[in-house]
Amino acid sequence: MSRPGSFFMRMGLTPGQIAMHAFLLACAFAMLFPFYWMVLTAFRPSQEVFSATFHWLPQTFVGFDNFREAFAKAPLLRFMANGAIICSGILAVQLLTAIPCAYALAKYEFRGRNLLFALVLFALCVPVQVPALPLYMGLAFTGTLDSYFSLMLPFFLSVFAIFLFRQVFRSFPDDIIHAARLDGMGEMEILWRVVVPSASPAIAAFAVFSITAHWNDLYWPLIVVTSPELAPPPLGMMYFSDTDLGSSFGALMAAATLLTAPLTILFLFAQRHFVQGVTMTGVK
Amino acid sequence: MTATVSISSIEKNFGATKTLKGVSVDVAAGEFLTLVGPSGCGKSTLLRIIAGLIPQDGGTISIDGAPVDHLLPKARDVSMVFQSYALYPHMSVRENIATPLKVRRLSSFARWPLVGKFAPGQAAARAEIAEAVKQVAAQVEIEALLDRRPAQLSGGQRQRVALARAMVRQPRVFLMDEPLSNLDARLRVHMRGELSELHQRLGATFIYVTHDQVEAMTMSTRVALMMDGEIVQVATPDEIYTNPADVRVARFIGSPEINLLQGRADPQGRISIAGRATALRTEAVGQLTVGLRPEILTIDDGSSDIVIDGRLQRVERLGHDVLLHVRNDGSDRKNMTLRVSAAELEALQMSGRLEENFTIGARATAALLFDADGKRLPAIHGATASEPLTYSSGRKLVGV
Repeated sequence: MSRPGSFFMRMGLTPGQIAMHAFLLACAFAMLFPFYWMVLTAFRPSQEVFSATFHWLPQTFVGFDNFREAFAKAPLLRFMANGAIICSGILAVQLLTAIPCAYALAKYEFRGRNLLFALVLFALCVPVQVPALPLYMGLAFTGTLDSYFSLMLPFFLSVFAIFLFRQVFRSFPDDIIHAARLDGMGEMEILWRVVVPSASPAIAAFAVFSITAHWNDLYWPLIVVTSPELAPPPLGMMYFSDTDLGSSFGALMAAATLLTAPLTILFLFAQRHFVQGVTMTGVK
Repeated sequence: MTATVSISSIEKNFGATKTLKGVSVDVAAGEFLTLVGPSGCGKSTLLRIIAGLIPQDGGTISIDGAPVDHLLPKARDVSMVFQSYALYPHMSVRENIATPLKVRRLSSFARWPLVGKFAPGQAAARAEIAEAVKQVAAQVEIEALLDRRPAQLSGGQRQRVALARAMVRQPRVFLMDEPLSNLDARLRVHMRGELSELHQRLGATFIYVTHDQVEAMTMSTRVALMMDGEIVQVATPDEIYTNPADVRVARFIGSPEINLLQGRADPQGRISIAGRATALRTEAVGQLTVGLRPEILTIDDGSSDIVIDGRLQRVERLGHDVLLHVRNDGSDRKNMTLRVSAAELEALQMSGRLEENFTIGARATAALLFDADGKRLPAIHGATASEPLTYSSGRKLVGV
């Protein structure tokens, strides 16, 4: 009576949809398993990591011992504070520069506008490694290496933000801008008080992109920072995985869990805006 | 708080296309002038040029006699109601209405979010603004909606908010860009009445853009009909209907559309339509167009000056009135529309006159003549003519 697949048929799923979901589940597993392993290891003794058999739960539950060890050996709060300073500094300057720039490209008619926008698109294709050397030399020349400023400088101008906000601002109705001009607002006031509030989903989405990228960045901090007290989370982890926590996988994973937690929480809160902003519904 | 607006030879080009070709019109103080025309004729562009939102390529706008071409939109003392209402989406209705006053009366520091509240010496101005907002809200009956966001309002309510925002700073001139076209039919009729009333109460100059000839006819002091970037005629609604200067005006104004028939004037100026002589006379010779409004056509009872053969195609009942669609099987196979009352239709059907071929008739005095280029031609029709012409009766001349 009950043939194979009849359960899925009753659920209203076609074979194609079943295959699709199986594929997506496999992908989700591949993505999430490393995180699971990280959290799992944070709660078990280090020697279990090397046991031959895999267990879904810790065989010996060590509670928060690994976390205590991580806090004792590495200044994790300091790394997180560094990450927060760098990310907020970068984001603030990115928004202050990209928003007016994107607005001009989206809503003003001027000579060379299309050329400028083409240059913005072109700049999207330049990887951060390319200007690394001149930037490093510039920082060395001005004596600003090994500072928060040197960590933030290359990211102040975000072409991605300009591109994203331009697309969003373009869909903002001209009539509302005209109405604001007739009401007597200045151009900057129109931008920040009328246009930007409607773009908040896109701004939230961009904030998630920006914060994730710079919280997790290892490449640039590795080049410009030598003092451990300036290290953002990944660099700090690297310093301490070598020396103090090297053999203690449990503590290392506990530290990693703590350092990824802020981003996970941020994403959970901004998720709705994030999806909305990326699909660029912008203004209704 | 009312002003004259003088628009003189305004030109605007978008790339190679000439959107406005030297448009001139003078608007009297306190007048309700409607710019009407088909979409794409440049009327909205003209309105935005008056507001200063887009620059013109030639010509001058003057308000109250003073040129305003160099002034920014905010300095022109005009306000505008947009087709899309253009309300600030993230502000409450109260904030939307208060914005024009806040920008003008509060210092820039006092308008900052959050910290602006602590700006000193603004309490009196704030109280005035709150009072003004309350007053205009009462005038357009939206007091109950002041704390809502535009997204929470219906189309009609948004329309009122947009009006209130335009009214609150008491501008000299109101510009309206198709403000009723996003409303449903019933609300549109209602708002038409309200706008007329508002215009009378405020006494301000209104310049109103629409593509809907009914709006133009019902509300305006004068109508300016625009076609292809030019003003074809400026006249009172009555005048523009009964005395159009151009065949395009005659076609645009009036619903159902005017019946246009090919006519021919012989060397004596006697006009024949579809081979039948008529009582119409003109001073021109050759091909011309005769315009007959649907309501002046009747089923001929032998007393008409103009007669055309016809055959009934279709009857369209509008309630009180009935439209008869009639076909002329003559040389140009023209369809014509007659407007008769339901009672007349009843009588015609009883007498059986609609069942076979019949003749349609009209009085010669009601016909409109246009030359081959569409310009109006003066008709000559004896004693009933409005022009002081001294020809004898057309009827005798053609010998009907």
